[in-house]
Amino acid sequence: MNGSTRAPWLRSYALLVFLFLYLPIAILILYSFNGGGIGGFPPKNLTLDWYRMLWDDRAIWDSVLNSVIVAAFAVVLSLLFGVPAALALDRASFPGKGLFRRLVLLPLILPGIITGLSLLMLFVAAGLRLSLLTIALGHGTALIAVAVTEVYAGVLKMDRGLEEASLDLGASYWQTFRRVTLPHLRLSIIGAALLIFTLSMDEIAVSFFLVGRENTLPLEIWSRLRRGMTPEINAISTLIFVFSLSSIVLWYRIRTREEGGLVEAQVLEPQSHGGNI
Amino acid sequence: MPATDTSALLSIRSVTKRFGRTTVLRGLSLDVAEREFLTVLGESGSGKTTLLRLIAGFEPLDSGEIWMAGERLDTLPPYRRNVNTVFQQYALFPHLDCFENVAYGLRVRGVPKTEIEARVQDALAMVKMTSWTRSLPAKISGGQQQRVALARALVNRPRLLLLDEPLSALDANLRRQMQTELKSLQREVGISFVFVTHDQEEAMAISDRIALMRAGTLEQVASPEEIYARPKTAYAASFIGQTNLLHGQVQGGRAVVGSWEWPCSQPDGPATFSLRPENLLLASQEQPGNGVVRLHARVHDQVFQGAARIVRLQCEEVTLTARVPASEELRENEIFVFSPDDAVPVKDHHAGGQQE
Repeated sequence: MNGSTRAPWLRSYALLVFLFLYLPIAILILYSFNGGGIGGFPPKNLTLDWYRMLWDDRAIWDSVLNSVIVAAFAVVLSLLFGVPAALALDRASFPGKGLFRRLVLLPLILPGIITGLSLLMLFVAAGLRLSLLTIALGHGTALIAVAVTEVYAGVLKMDRGLEEASLDLGASYWQTFRRVTLPHLRLSIIGAALLIFTLSMDEIAVSFFLVGRENTLPLEIWSRLRRGMTPEINAISTLIFVFSLSSIVLWYRIRTREEGGLVEAQVLEPQSHGGNI
Repeated sequence: MPATDTSALLSIRSVTKRFGRTTVLRGLSLDVAEREFLTVLGESGSGKTTLLRLIAGFEPLDSGEIWMAGERLDTLPPYRRNVNTVFQQYALFPHLDCFENVAYGLRVRGVPKTEIEARVQDALAMVKMTSWTRSLPAKISGGQQQRVALARALVNRPRLLLLDEPLSALDANLRRQMQTELKSLQREVGISFVFVTHDQEEAMAISDRIALMRAGTLEQVASPEEIYARPKTAYAASFIGQTNLLHGQVQGGRAVVGSWEWPCSQPDGPATFSLRPENLLLASQEQPGNGVVRLHARVHDQVFQGAARIVRLQCEEVTLTARVPASEELRENEIFVFSPDDAVPVKDHHAGGQQE
């Protein structure tokens, strides 16, 4: 049969792709435990020394804190614009709506260099001093697209009849938004926030153009690499990898649960998740 | 009982509504009396749901006015109207339990907590749902959701309740039960109901008056008894109950259909008459004479229905349907009679149409 002759070949090909994707990461993680430094094969003297060193490294943790501040700000900013934009895309009819829908997604596809450079020119023209704030503004702007797409997907799934029922029962438009619309978009918004936070945490291109005196974590790592690689970098990268992976898994689980369309799941689960996020 | 003796609560005045190029309502006028159960009956696409949405305030009118209790209604936003709606798919809030669903309208209006508690309990008791206070809508059956939706609307003490095909999702038995309950609930709370349905049997069973809609206009507004016995149009006659439509002429005070003739006070010209199947009687059941119209019929086929038999008759060029008691034995050729009073002249928008 055709299938049986092709299957082994396909299987090894798939394995190759998998290795190509994950071997570097595996090596990165492995060498973060290597007592003999960055070189040498096979790794020997497995140790947690590099993690200990990392633990005492003030500069790294300052940059982590900076990244968290930037990411949190980016989340708030992009949601603040993204949620109303998603609702407008669904509800309002205005001239150029189709164009708006495409334009709002553009920053997702646009190379970070373009976004970074154009924002840099804007901030310089506006006389803004480069700082964490400019990075946060940059991330927020670039990631509005993510917020809009995620929340819009949630808006599409929502039953308009519920909002009409709310108005019918005497709730104003604002009360309806707060008591009916927002609870229904809750999971989409949490999902969007997680995704935006993760994307912002390891963003480098836009940050590179907009950075002031204080480094974000990816920029800190990058600048250290120029002075030479140490397994400490592997250690922090491993931590970032674990963090990104778990938040992506969390985001994916929220999303699939929502698509499952189970009302109870939508309604009951967020409370139990709240603590993990 | 046609409740025209009381003053109108709701007054719809030459309302027109268009969606793009389609005109859904064409200068429609309708009054609803206090404490009246009015059913808006029509096929899908007749504009009945749109009419309801205009009253509730979900759509703006293109022209015309809606008044309620001496106040202009159509200029108010939905949340300022003293009108509540029971939606077709119930539209219960899935993230709130039954109690909170019912309490919603009171909470957003800032009613004191103790009063909310009492009123919600009363409303849930009225629809017999007190045992499900803390259940989420997804956990209860369709019929129960229906009851909660009713309680959620009635707890706000509206002057007018709008119901958009609320029973269409229920199975036949539950449906009949809910019809009776709805009717007695309406008497109990003493407010006006405007009930939308496409089901003519339901409309007949439940209404004080039926407003029959067709293509954005009202075909006839009357009590179920009147609209059945005295339909004004061929459409009304055939949509509500079964009927035979006889196409003929009126000449000098006599109706002529084929070789049949009877006295008729209509003006001369082409005419259509509605004759209900139960008004076609076997000649043996009726004394001959008395001005009845006699027709020679060949019995086509019969459908047994328990108490009665639906019989298809070939009378000259025309096929007629009669309902005869099941006990009657029919021969192949029979003589049927009908009284001229039972042949109701109706307006026929496209005369020469088919019979049914």
